[in-house]
Amino acid sequence: MKILVAVKRVVDYAVKIRVKPDKTGVDTQNVKMSMNPFCEIALEEALRIKEAGFAKEVVAVSIGPSQCVDTLRTGLAMGADRGIHVETNTSFLPLTIAKILKSLAEVENPGLIFLGKQAIDDDCNQTGQMVAALLGWPQATFASKVVLDKDKHIATVDREVDGGLETLCVDLPAVITTDLRLNQPRYASLPNIMKAKSKPIKKMTVQDLKVDVKSDIEILEVTEPPKRKSGVMVSSVDELIEKLRNEAHVV
Amino acid sequence: MMMMMMMMMQRLRRSEEFIRFGCKSLINLRPNKNSVSRSVSGFVNHYDTKGRLFESKNGNHYNTELHHRCLGRNLGMLQQYKCFGSSSASQIERNPLFSSLDSKDVSYFKEILGDKNVVEDEERLETANTDWMKKYKGSSKLMLLPKNTEEVSQILKYCDSRCLAVVPQGGNTGLVGGSVPVFDEVIINVGLMNKVLAFDEVSGVLVCEAGCILENLATFLDTKGFIMPLDLGAKGSCHIGGNVSTNAGGLRLIRYGSLHGTVLGLEAVTANGNVLDMLGTLRKDNTGYDLKHLFIGSEGSLGIVTKVSILTQPKLSSVNLAFIACKDYLSCQKILVEAKRNLGEILSAFEFLDNNSMDLVLNHLDGVRNPVSSTENFYILIETTGSDETNDREKLEAFLLKSLEKGLVSDGVIAQDINQASSFWRIREGITEALQKAGAVYKYDLSLPVEEIYNIVNDLRGRLGDLANVMGYGHLGDGNLHLNISAADYNDKLIGLIEPYVYEWTSKHRGSISAEHGLGVMKANEIFYSKSPETVAIMASIKKLLDPKGILNPYKVLPHTLFSH
Repeated sequence: MKILVAVKRVVDYAVKIRVKPDKTGVDTQNVKMSMNPFCEIALEEALRIKEAGFAKEVVAVSIGPSQCVDTLRTGLAMGADRGIHVETNTSFLPLTIAKILKSLAEVENPGLIFLGKQAIDDDCNQTGQMVAALLGWPQATFASKVVLDKDKHIATVDREVDGGLETLCVDLPAVITTDLRLNQPRYASLPNIMKAKSKPIKKMTVQDLKVDVKSDIEILEVTEPPKRKSGVMVSSVDELIEKLRNEAHVV
Repeated sequence: MMMMMMMMMQRLRRSEEFIRFGCKSLINLRPNKNSVSRSVSGFVNHYDTKGRLFESKNGNHYNTELHHRCLGRNLGMLQQYKCFGSSSASQIERNPLFSSLDSKDVSYFKEILGDKNVVEDEERLETANTDWMKKYKGSSKLMLLPKNTEEVSQILKYCDSRCLAVVPQGGNTGLVGGSVPVFDEVIINVGLMNKVLAFDEVSGVLVCEAGCILENLATFLDTKGFIMPLDLGAKGSCHIGGNVSTNAGGLRLIRYGSLHGTVLGLEAVTANGNVLDMLGTLRKDNTGYDLKHLFIGSEGSLGIVTKVSILTQPKLSSVNLAFIACKDYLSCQKILVEAKRNLGEILSAFEFLDNNSMDLVLNHLDGVRNPVSSTENFYILIETTGSDETNDREKLEAFLLKSLEKGLVSDGVIAQDINQASSFWRIREGITEALQKAGAVYKYDLSLPVEEIYNIVNDLRGRLGDLANVMGYGHLGDGNLHLNISAADYNDKLIGLIEPYVYEWTSKHRGSISAEHGLGVMKANEIFYSKSPETVAIMASIKKLLDPKGILNPYKVLPHTLFSH
C-alpha cells in the first residue's frame, strides 16, 4: 500500500507574526518557515505505519513556491521515500488544494491519504474533508489513534471531538487528518538526512494535473485583532465591588 | 591609606611562599583537614594561624561550623534551606565599623523613596535575603527600591555618611552568593528601574535602565529585528545591570564576545553617591582611561550600575541547530576545531554535555527526550546563525555529514523548526534546574585549556568514587567547564575531597577558578588561585579609592584579609 502525505510550508509556529502594512496578509519576508506541525504528525504516523509493515511507500507532497522543496527535504529526512512538488506562486485556498490532491490521488493510487487537521497559518481545517468528498472516500478527522487491519482493509480511528473521544471504523482507501496527541514526530537524524539527498522529488504543475484553480473567494483584508486593554489596579475590596457594579455591570 | 598598603605588603612579604601563584607552594600548604578553620586556599590558611583573624562566630548562621549552621534562625522557617559544607564561605566576621540600621535611617529612606518602596516586610525580605540556589542567606532588615538614578545616589550618599553596608541586587540569580547580604547589609534592588530609554535602529545601540530583565529586552528587540548579544539560562529573571556587573558570559559569547566588548557605556553610582556618567553610545572612544571596564565584572563592589548602553545585533533569519553525539572527548575537541573552520562566520554557539548530565535532565525534568536515539558519552549542540537559510543549512549538513563519515560523530539530528530547537536547548539549559532538583550540588565554573577540560571531570570522578555524581558540561567553544557534583546531601567528607583539589587542579593549568560566575562570597578568598598577589593588591587599592568605607557589597570578590579591621 502507498501512503500519500500532504505537507504544507508555513510560518514557523514559534514566530511572532505581523500583518503587512498594506493589510493584504501576514508578513513572511525574512521570517522562519517550517513544516506545519500537524503535517509533521501526519507524516510521522505514515512512517510508523510503513515501519509496522502495513505500507510499502510513503510519498510526501507539497504545493507552493520553489522553497517548498526545503519542506519536502525535511519530510524525506524524516523517512519519506519520495516527494512531489506541485509548483505554484499563487497561494491556494483549501478547495483548490483539495482538487490538486484529488488529481494526484488518481495518479498515485494511495491506500491512505494523511493530512494535518489544519494549517497553523489559516486554521481552515477544510482540506482533508474536501479531498475525501471529492474522491468519494471515507474520512476520519482529528485522529488521536490509528489502528490498521491489513486483511480487512479497514482503519479504526479514535477522533478527538468536543465531547471526548469517538471511535470510527473506515474502509480503505480513506482520508485521515491528524490531531496533536496522535504521536510525537521524530527528529531528522544525520544518517536519514544523508539518505534523503538521493531520494527523488518530482516537480509537477497544476496544468499537468488538469486542475481548475480559479477561486471564488477573494481575501479583502487582513488585520490584527484589537489589542487587549491593560487591567486596572484597584486599591481596596470596596473599590473592586464598586467597579464590578457600576462599570462592568456584573454584580 | 598608605599605612594600610604598607601593612598589607608586609603581610604579603612575610608569607613569601604565596607570592608565586598557581604553583606547587600553594599545594604544599594544604590546610590540616581536622582543623576547625576550614579556609581553603593556602594563603588564607597560613595567615589564619599567624593572625588569628578567623575566630568562629556565632550570632550569624552564615555557614560556620556544620552542626550549628542549620539551627537557630532556620527553625520554624517554611522554606527548605540547604546547608552547605562549602568551607570557603566560613568564618566571616561582621565588620564592626559598619553601623546598624535604626529607625531614623528607615524614616530617611521613606522620605526619599516613599513608603511603598522601603520594604521591611518579612516575607519579601526572606526572598531577597536568599540566593537562587538557597545556599546563602543573609539577615537584612531592609530592602530599598529606588526608581531612578537620583534616588540611588541619595541612598548611597546617606549610607556612606552613616557607614551602613549595602548589597546591590538585581534579579538575584547569581550562583556565588554575590547578590544577597552576608549579615544585615541594606539591600538596594534596582528592579523598579526597568525602562528602555532609547534604541537606535540604525546602529543597534540600546540604552536602558539596569533593572530591565534580559528576556524582556530580548522580546523588545525582537519586534525591531535585533537580538541581545548575550543569552543565558537565567534570562527570565536576571537584570541587565546584574549581567554587566558580573560580566556574564552565556551561550552567545563565542559569536558576539563578552560584555567588555558589547557594552558601549554605562552609568554607575559610587559609594559616596557620586553619579559617574559614562553612558556613551559610541563604538570608538579613545579619550582617557576607559573606566566602565572597572565596573563590568566587579560584582557591585565598586559602584551600582544604573544605566547600560549596549550594542545589539541584527536578528538574522537563518538559525540552525544540531544536536550530535560523540563517543569520546577527543572527538568533541576535533569537532570544535573543524566547526570553527568549516562553519566559521555562521557558528553562533558550541555547547557540550556529558552523559551524566543528559541522564540527570531526563530524570528530573518533564517533557524532555533525548534527541538522539542512542546513548552516548558526550553530546554537542552546534548552532549557526546567518542570513541565507538554504546556504547555512547546506553548510551545516555538509559539515555534519563529513564528521559522521570521519567517525567523529556517531549520531545526530538537526532541528527542523523553532520548537525542536527549543527542546534541544531545554536539555542544555535545564541541567542547572535538574541539579537543583536532584539534591545537593557543588557547583564550579572553570576556564581551562580545551584539551584539559574533561580530565578534571575524570580525575574528580576517580577521587570521589561512589560518594557523588560528577557532571561536566558547558561552553566548550569558550573553554569554559561547568563542573557540578551532585550528591544526596551535603557533607564534610565530600567538600574536603572536592576543595581545594578543584582549585589547585585549575591553578596548575593556569585556568580560572571562575570563568563567568564571578567570585561573590563563595570564592572571595580563592582569588589567589588565578591572580597574583600583586594584581590583587592593586585591586584592593582601587576598591579603597572608590569605596573607602567598604560599604558596597562587603565580604565579597576580594579576600577578606585585605580589608581586616
